[in-house]
Amino acid sequence: MNAPQEKTAAPLAPYRVLDLTDELGFLCGKMLGDLGADVIKVERPGGDPARALGPFYRGERHPEKSLYWFAFNNNKRGITLNLERPQGRHIFSGLVAGADFVIESFYPGYLDRLGMGYATMNQINPRLVVTSITPFGQTGPYSKFKASDIEIMAASGCMSLTGDPGRPPLRITFPQSYHWTGAYAAMGTLIAHWQRVQTGAGQQVDVSAQACMLWAFSHAHTFWDLNRHLEKRAGSFMTGRSITGAKMRVFWSCRDGYLNFIIYGGEAGRRTNQALVEWMDSKGMAPEFLKQKEWRAFNIAEVTQEEIDRMEEPIARFFETVTKKKFFQEVIKREMLGYPVATVEEIFQDPQLYARDFWRDLEHPELGTSITYPGGFAKLSESACGVWRRAPLIGEHNKEIYCDEMGMTKEEVRKLKSEGVI
Amino acid sequence: MQALKGLKVVEFAAFAAGPVVGKHLADYGATVVHLESRVRPDGFRTHYPPYKDNIHGLNRSGLFALCNSQKMAINLNLKKAPAATDLAKKIVAWADVVIENFSPGTMGRLGLGYETLKQVKPDLIMLSSSNLGQYGPHAEHAGFGSQLSSLSGFTNLTGYPDGPPQILYGPYIDYIAVAYGVAAIIAALDYKKRTGKGQQIDLAQYESGLQFVAPLLLDYKINGKVAMRNANRDPHAAPHGAYPCKGEDSWCVISVFSDAEWQALCRELGNPAWANEFRFASHEARKTNEDELDRRIAEWTSPLAAHEIVEKLQRAGVRSHVVQTMKDIYDDPQLRHRGQWIELEHPEIGKMHYQRPPYILSKSPAGPERRDPLLGEHNQYFYQDILGLSAPEYEKLIKEGVID
Repeated sequence: MNAPQEKTAAPLAPYRVLDLTDELGFLCGKMLGDLGADVIKVERPGGDPARALGPFYRGERHPEKSLYWFAFNNNKRGITLNLERPQGRHIFSGLVAGADFVIESFYPGYLDRLGMGYATMNQINPRLVVTSITPFGQTGPYSKFKASDIEIMAASGCMSLTGDPGRPPLRITFPQSYHWTGAYAAMGTLIAHWQRVQTGAGQQVDVSAQACMLWAFSHAHTFWDLNRHLEKRAGSFMTGRSITGAKMRVFWSCRDGYLNFIIYGGEAGRRTNQALVEWMDSKGMAPEFLKQKEWRAFNIAEVTQEEIDRMEEPIARFFETVTKKKFFQEVIKREMLGYPVATVEEIFQDPQLYARDFWRDLEHPELGTSITYPGGFAKLSESACGVWRRAPLIGEHNKEIYCDEMGMTKEEVRKLKSEGVI
Repeated sequence: MQALKGLKVVEFAAFAAGPVVGKHLADYGATVVHLESRVRPDGFRTHYPPYKDNIHGLNRSGLFALCNSQKMAINLNLKKAPAATDLAKKIVAWADVVIENFSPGTMGRLGLGYETLKQVKPDLIMLSSSNLGQYGPHAEHAGFGSQLSSLSGFTNLTGYPDGPPQILYGPYIDYIAVAYGVAAIIAALDYKKRTGKGQQIDLAQYESGLQFVAPLLLDYKINGKVAMRNANRDPHAAPHGAYPCKGEDSWCVISVFSDAEWQALCRELGNPAWANEFRFASHEARKTNEDELDRRIAEWTSPLAAHEIVEKLQRAGVRSHVVQTMKDIYDDPQLRHRGQWIELEHPEIGKMHYQRPPYILSKSPAGPERRDPLLGEHNQYFYQDILGLSAPEYEKLIKEGVID
């Protein structure tokens, strides 16, 4: 694609975002930034506590070296501001007047108590879209509950579907609910934005992390709704694909790790099953009954466990002879469904991502190096979506924003600093 | 007024990654048309349970219902060129946004690639959502999210360190790409409003998913560390896990990130002697002795009801929640308070709980107000009343098997 790639060509370039989120909402502002918005991260003096989240650059625990912070706050500028001081709120009001979006993830009611809640912001700037992100929402019986990733995963139902039967339910080891919440918050924020484009009026967007996670497990709950059948965790197996209750193996041990392969139905599934048997046969490992199988008549929705077990046994033996790399090459060549269970190392070896120029290097002059980041989340034919700027250092753009844009003198800024306002 | 009222969307799309983008737009008032044919209905209708009462039927799928509420469904057999191609172009000329999630190259082969459609509708916004992207050496490799979630690293991070990876239910990564797709469409609408230009959005579900593990990618590139699954453990917290409670397969989660939270938890445990031992006195100590710590916490939780533990701990400022089941989430008082589910009547399914958006907009009501459509339910209404085909034209296209 030949679209201009500079930030000013990105679709949200005219808009300014004030980002007052913690890790629950980082991705929301980042997505708007990836689409070109001018996102200003507003941190408390001394820096956001999420700068203490690992992993760290060269393993060095330091607020300016959190890779977690780097990854979810690039495309943002950064200022410090103490909202608990009246002067801090006065400055914030000035910023609100010139902003298009405010994203915040404070405990419900916190900003109201400071006199800086949605009602106040709306008075200052009626066009403003204010997105409020919390674990459970602004109101309701659990709105005051505290939650980190694992509580959100539990409350949403997600954990009940992950893990071995008879052992504890599991979350994904690397926290996921924060990113689901940030991404879905960006969606709600932009829907509200589109209404503003039509009407001129802003509004508040109340995002619940628990509710965002409901999409992460697709339709598992509909089994209960329709048929009073409870889907539960099944380890490495997939359930819910056959009305007989048969479960299919998803993860297969191979020579150097695991493969994800599922006996599917439908057209693509039948083609895959056929191609696998041909591949097995080329190695002399396809039993006669698999070779004779009439795949066009194979109906996954009605298959029995007995039939699945019989098919899976020789497939398991075959996969033991295959490496992840070989499997990946063959599924591409033979147009089969399936992928290796990739590690982060293998993701960096994937030629597809290089061909699409996915990886982007950003300079970190203070570290004397550049760092490779996942690039823009989409390729746009007429405009840009990408990463342009590394995450801000603590208060890095104080001068730029407070002096150059808001017209404060250096002396004023120094005074505010000594008073703990910025 | 609904935020997206007036926006017209057509989906050349099936399964989750395309249609759920349309579902979120429809929930805020967009007019969304889901295009299928009797020859090729949406795969969620044909081979994805659950079906009501376990009886298979094209209009009985809970999954299709979930993903397609509020939409119109029309039939168009795209294989019947050129009449079908012409009709498809008419539909595109009517729409503001096209959503498609065929394998890359398919729309082009059908004579409906972006460059062609742009001739028909110069300011068209077209979301092309695919597994691996529209170009690149693997572009044409078709796949499902349940497997792409492995290529993008998620399943390697799920399970026990000494055991196999574990599944994430359904096409996990598809619904990540959905959020990126909706955001990109609205950003493109804004761009069009300012410049008059439409565009194609090439969204690789793979690249969307990788955004969710970005710090681990950096950790490998910079520090050479290959992240692995480690069950419920978290480097920043201990205890941090799921603990058994009274009742069959009943669990709660508890997480403690600071010494203050640890002390609050100890008070709720009744300050037992073991909790004051040196080996649990600091975060580092608790991490070192975490197996033992987990056993102790589980001894405390086992005879208690999950919801009692949660209420008690939350009152004390300790993070905790019930591990809710797929039944519990329909009864959850917080989700009910937010109107998360809406019960609508469906002619073949009966009453079904349709899902509402996870965000509440203060000035825009959210749907869905209508159940998902039966296969081809809106043929006549859409083709005649909206697209403006005459009755004889419409009848002719049905006879020719174009609208089928």
